[in-house]
Amino acid sequence: MARAVTTQAKAFNTAAAWAVALLIAFPILWTILTSFKPEPQAVANPPIWFGFDWTLKNYYDVQNQRNYFGYFLNSVIIAVGSTALGLLIAVPAAWSMAFVPGRKTRDLLMWMLSTKMMPGVAVLVPIYLVFIRLGLLDTRIGLVVVIMLINLPIIVWMLYTYFKEIPGEILEAARMDGAGLWNEILYVLTPMAIPGIASTVLLNIILAWNEAFWTIILTTTDAAPLTKFISGFSSPQGLFYAKLSAASTMAIAPILIMGWFSQKQLVRGLTFGAVK
Amino acid sequence: MSTQASRSAARLMLSPAVVLLLVWMIVPLVMTLWFSVQRYNLLYPDRSGFIWFQNYASFVTDPGFWGAILNTLILVVGVLVITVGGGILIALLIDRPIWGQGPVRILVISPFFIMPPVAALIWKNMFFNPTNGLFGAAFKAIGLPPFDFLGQAPLVSIIIIVAWQWLPFATLILLTALQSLSSEQLEAAEMDGAPAVKRFWYIMLPHLARAITVVVLIQTIFLMGILVEILVTTNGGPGDQSTTLTYLVYKEAILNTNAGTAAAGGVVAVVLANVVAIFLTRAIGKNLDA
Repeated sequence: MARAVTTQAKAFNTAAAWAVALLIAFPILWTILTSFKPEPQAVANPPIWFGFDWTLKNYYDVQNQRNYFGYFLNSVIIAVGSTALGLLIAVPAAWSMAFVPGRKTRDLLMWMLSTKMMPGVAVLVPIYLVFIRLGLLDTRIGLVVVIMLINLPIIVWMLYTYFKEIPGEILEAARMDGAGLWNEILYVLTPMAIPGIASTVLLNIILAWNEAFWTIILTTTDAAPLTKFISGFSSPQGLFYAKLSAASTMAIAPILIMGWFSQKQLVRGLTFGAVK
Repeated sequence: MSTQASRSAARLMLSPAVVLLLVWMIVPLVMTLWFSVQRYNLLYPDRSGFIWFQNYASFVTDPGFWGAILNTLILVVGVLVITVGGGILIALLIDRPIWGQGPVRILVISPFFIMPPVAALIWKNMFFNPTNGLFGAAFKAIGLPPFDFLGQAPLVSIIIIVAWQWLPFATLILLTALQSLSSEQLEAAEMDGAPAVKRFWYIMLPHLARAITVVVLIQTIFLMGILVEILVTTNGGPGDQSTTLTYLVYKEAILNTNAGTAAAGGVVAVVLANVVAIFLTRAIGKNLDA
């Protein structure tokens, strides 16, 4: 807002905003700090703020004793795989709804939205049984497909709202010049759609990476991603705060950084375009 | 603008998404409905048969059922009150001219990107633990006896964890809505001498109404399905104190291997989710015409 504000008021607002922001982010900052503590100092009461013996041992231990990288790799495969597969299916669908809308397009969009609202537990038993029957339990391909399906409505919706903003006149002009359907998609539409597609990819990787319901229920070890790995710390033995912190820091760091770049897309994607 | 050829091409391009979502939605739902009227325990697959509504009866008369409904309600309402109320306050605060708006925004939205098991376990161990957690240390520092958050107040503790995860979402959406408010209107009101409270009540709040509706409905859908946060902190306990509807169904299916009763519970969850979903699709559908 372009209103004149006194420096004093601005200083006060700044202090208040920073205090609130640091308070909200505090659990994350504390976790990162704890990941560098030796285990005994991580559980010290009263807590040690900065005067502890800084160490990287926890990161080393998490990798060597618990094979962190295997879980990390599964997370990457599930997040990237489900997003790629989702795009492959969603781009044509969103394209056709945005540029060749029919009478049913609106209903179709709303119906896709409604599939997103189905509670996981409602289909828990059948999905679990189908997974056992098809031998998909604890397999990466099974998870890629399930996570893709869960996020497919969001991908379609997000792409649809982006494609909608591309002016149809440009396509008509291309058609006048004799461009065929595939040329039209490849040379006219794609370059204009890339920012929207990139945003969609970003949001979906975040959602897939953090999906914890199906990844925890449908995996044991082979296909288990970081969500499963971290939940293993719920029944701990011995001192584990520093190791939990190190594992958590590594599990959230990549997504946290991606998340910072996707604030706007987040709003659009998660509200299905209702708030832009 | 569309020709016959492009129409059929469009239909062809649409079909994979539609067919997949249809299969993903219809097949498991039909199976759930079918199981819900069957005698079906995963450990004893031979004891089967049609038993009509016995599963529903045993799910609804489960001693934990009404408690679970109540816990779900408390969880959803509690988190909504904290996130929407807090979200409005924080959005108003960081919408003002401040130094370092970028970093402040980044800090505020960070919790949203934390995967549920990490969020839950950080809070469980490093904050709520009565002897080694920070809250325990704070209690001790001011001379209070240690308080076992997850043991004594499990539902409140879970509300705190979940509200922390969702506060950024509410804040971000309300902030986005706030920024689309024209400053002329506010300035005019200010010039006419309207006090800050009135400006908020009569100009900002009506402008935010739509965003608040969307936040409430979307969060309700997600919050009704909360499972992992309970799974890794309290396992629904102590007793049934933090068992929600979702957790109850999970317990029936996975821990008690009672697929039939779990399916009946799943159907109950679908019905409840649908009530919310109807309102949500209406709120979002309005935007499609605009």
